[in-house]
Amino acid sequence: MSPALTSTVASRFESVVGNEFVRTDPDALEAYTVDRVAPSIAVQPENAQQAAEIVKIAIEGELSVIPSGARTSLGIGMPPSSYDAALDMTRVRGIAHYDPGDLTVSVNAGTPLAELAKILAEKNQFLPLAVPFFEKVTVGGAIAAGLDSPLRHFYGTARDFMIGAEFVDGTGAPAKSGGRVVKNVTGYDFHKLLAGSLGSLAVITRVNFRTFPVQPSRRGFLASFADETGALGFVKQIADSALTPTVLEVLSPEFAELCLEKKSPVTSLRLDVEAWTVCVGFEGSAEACERYRRDLSRLARTTSARDAIAVHDSQFLSLLEIFREAPAAMSRLAAQSVVLRFVTLPGKLADLVRALRSFASSSWMSSAILIRSSSIVYLALLPREAEESAIKQVAYFWKSVGSLRGQMDFNTSILFCPAEWKAELGVWAYAGGPIDLGRRVKKAFDPSGTFACGRFVGGV
Amino acid sequence: MYEYDGSVERARPEIVAFPSSTAEVSQIVKLAVKHDIPIVGRGAGTGLSGGALARGGGIMIAFGRMNRILEIDLENRRAVVQPGVVNFDLTRAVEHAGFYFAPDPSSQKSCTIGGNVSENSGGPHTLAYGVTTNHVTGLELVLPDGEIKRIGGKLSDALGYDLCGLMVGSEGTLALVSEITARLSRKPEAVKTLLAIFETVDDATETVTEMTARAITPAACEMMDGWTLCAVEDYVHAGFPRDCGAILLLEVEGLVEAVANQSAEIDEVCKAHRAREVRTAKDDKERELLWKGRKTAFGALGRLAPSNYVLDAVIPRSKLPQALRQVLKIGEGYGLKIGNIFHAGDGNLHPLVLFDPRNRSQFERAVRASEEIVRYCVEIGGALTGEHGVGMEKSELMTLMFSDADFALMRRVHQQFNPTGLLNPGKVFPIGKGCGETRIRTSPMHSPVPG
Repeated sequence: MSPALTSTVASRFESVVGNEFVRTDPDALEAYTVDRVAPSIAVQPENAQQAAEIVKIAIEGELSVIPSGARTSLGIGMPPSSYDAALDMTRVRGIAHYDPGDLTVSVNAGTPLAELAKILAEKNQFLPLAVPFFEKVTVGGAIAAGLDSPLRHFYGTARDFMIGAEFVDGTGAPAKSGGRVVKNVTGYDFHKLLAGSLGSLAVITRVNFRTFPVQPSRRGFLASFADETGALGFVKQIADSALTPTVLEVLSPEFAELCLEKKSPVTSLRLDVEAWTVCVGFEGSAEACERYRRDLSRLARTTSARDAIAVHDSQFLSLLEIFREAPAAMSRLAAQSVVLRFVTLPGKLADLVRALRSFASSSWMSSAILIRSSSIVYLALLPREAEESAIKQVAYFWKSVGSLRGQMDFNTSILFCPAEWKAELGVWAYAGGPIDLGRRVKKAFDPSGTFACGRFVGGV
Repeated sequence: MYEYDGSVERARPEIVAFPSSTAEVSQIVKLAVKHDIPIVGRGAGTGLSGGALARGGGIMIAFGRMNRILEIDLENRRAVVQPGVVNFDLTRAVEHAGFYFAPDPSSQKSCTIGGNVSENSGGPHTLAYGVTTNHVTGLELVLPDGEIKRIGGKLSDALGYDLCGLMVGSEGTLALVSEITARLSRKPEAVKTLLAIFETVDDATETVTEMTARAITPAACEMMDGWTLCAVEDYVHAGFPRDCGAILLLEVEGLVEAVANQSAEIDEVCKAHRAREVRTAKDDKERELLWKGRKTAFGALGRLAPSNYVLDAVIPRSKLPQALRQVLKIGEGYGLKIGNIFHAGDGNLHPLVLFDPRNRSQFERAVRASEEIVRYCVEIGGALTGEHGVGMEKSELMTLMFSDADFALMRRVHQQFNPTGLLNPGKVFPIGKGCGETRIRTSPMHSPVPG
């Protein structure tokens, strides 16, 4: 934006939110940078009405806007094709409605997820949204970023327990979908579209969730195996049993070494960092947990586990925190770490993992893998070389991944990588799916193309 | 027969087409668009909101011949089916291996999976396992211009917008669904069905409220009031009491140990709320009989009055006792008998208003009472429909929940996917609401249905 336009827009924004909540100084704007692109202005509305007013002004001025919360996950997606204004939603916070007796909560989008968790914990309830950056991330940010949780194995993803949302659409109108009850088929389920949309459809102002009771015990079980075949065999045995664990994570030896070994609560677990480790989480009554321990021990023996260990409640919760943060932690393992996320079918998992490790090795990079819920693979590529050759290695790997398409059922995206590599790599290059239908949704929600320009799948 | 569904609504199509493939569906749609004729998809016609009725006349695409299970992939827990596959037939096809399809509407032995997708159907066990949208990972669509598109697939997460989430429950107003990829669930190791008998409706509803507050999570929690129960018992002879105020039919599932713990907790809460008896089904036969009683209850009540109107609204579970009292009060105010057979565990009420349609005054009172009940449910924080859909029945009531801005967005989405408005016109949107695209597109062939 030109300085003159910035000044005009600033005074209009100030008339809505007050002087102290509009920033145009470069130091303040630095914090709102998305993939090295800084906005010309940042504004912090206090409520949904102010957010709607800001969006209307932005539309009139043909500005491009990126809504944000705690700005923890803005590295996901392509760099913005244009970015004039940062719409900081962190002041739109607080619990709008909490009915513990109905196990439902309605929370303003700028509320930190950790703050919501504390309020729910007072009633012995929780939200199974254990996502990266948990201590900082806002509710709206967590929904928009669409990162998943190790608890998805039992509780599903946000789309499964988000029962409604309020938002400002791309015409500046406050709109909503769903409601505050646990079962509801009234109208179109727009809130499902918002999950994982990276703010490209609307500014989320409030989210309604179904909450869940905290079970009396939450424990875990670790089993280590000589190779991925053994680990995935154990996972399959669990899937074929009567057990319904809450967490099912498989760690490559490199992941265990880099992400777990030095973590203090885990050292006492004597983790074999040269092995593939399966971590199973389960919950319920003491009797039910004992049954899990017994059955998992038996399955571990029959699948030739090298070692197996039961994990008590506090150790398990520490492990859960590590898994929760894993995708973000993987992005910090090296100066130029690249984290990729693959979604595949349980039956294709072993083939995919073998192929990925082989490609990584051919590309002269070490890698670390976390497999979640028998279907999601987080892969960190850790280039050793200087920047110039590192991108070549990663590009070679990414091209190799492309060669797998058509041979096995999967989709993939680059979750985190250096911003300056994104244009060459194309983080959504292998997203698949009907891009044109996504564009129709975008056009309906954001007819002027105001939000998160160029960041989402298909360049929308 | 294509003039009716399970609701009280009625609308006649001019033509009913029975395609056998997606390609044929696409051809029919192209032909309809060429001649500006409305199109409505239909499964088994068991819907309860008029969603599958040809409100604008035109062509009805009946999916009954597209009833093949195309693939069962047990390793990855998926099935690929055509829309005309009957819900329970999918369970039957996989139960030998210990799997089932979780959504279980009362009509599951006749309703189709395509219909379930269209309406986002529920059922008693959706309390624990969610509604249809939680069990669909991929769809093949025929768009209103005849184009065939695939969204999602077998994978659990698609990249891009959650188009399956948008399409499931869109009541056939955005696209026709010609193939579904569904999740299969593993049968639990143990199931226990409990029948809790109460002297009063209040005792039963307060039990449910306390169970929810105490975080006891049965897989199903259904309630039937005493006088409707007599009619059900006459019909199924399941051993339901004839002299109680209400019963709760509860099911707990999972590991043997978890089932034992949960049923003990349920027993404790029921007795704390003066349950006369908490009975456990002793075998599968008794369990099936109890569920048969619940699932055929609405049919059994046909004996009590010439006609009845099944409502579908949702309330916060913490307000269950007050809501039930209000429903009965509204019924009394209009001089009508209202039965209550519903999904208590998730607050999904199904007040059943009995009336004689030949008695004009009674019919009008039934309509007014029904509206008042639904308004009340929305006022206390609830929703218009929990599982039956908006369809024709509740389209005018949508304004109770949604603002002009909400409708404007809904219309823009509708316009993007169904620009001609030919696909299932007159559904979901209130007819009087604004601009042209939500008006009922009637067929040039259309003539009003007599009578």
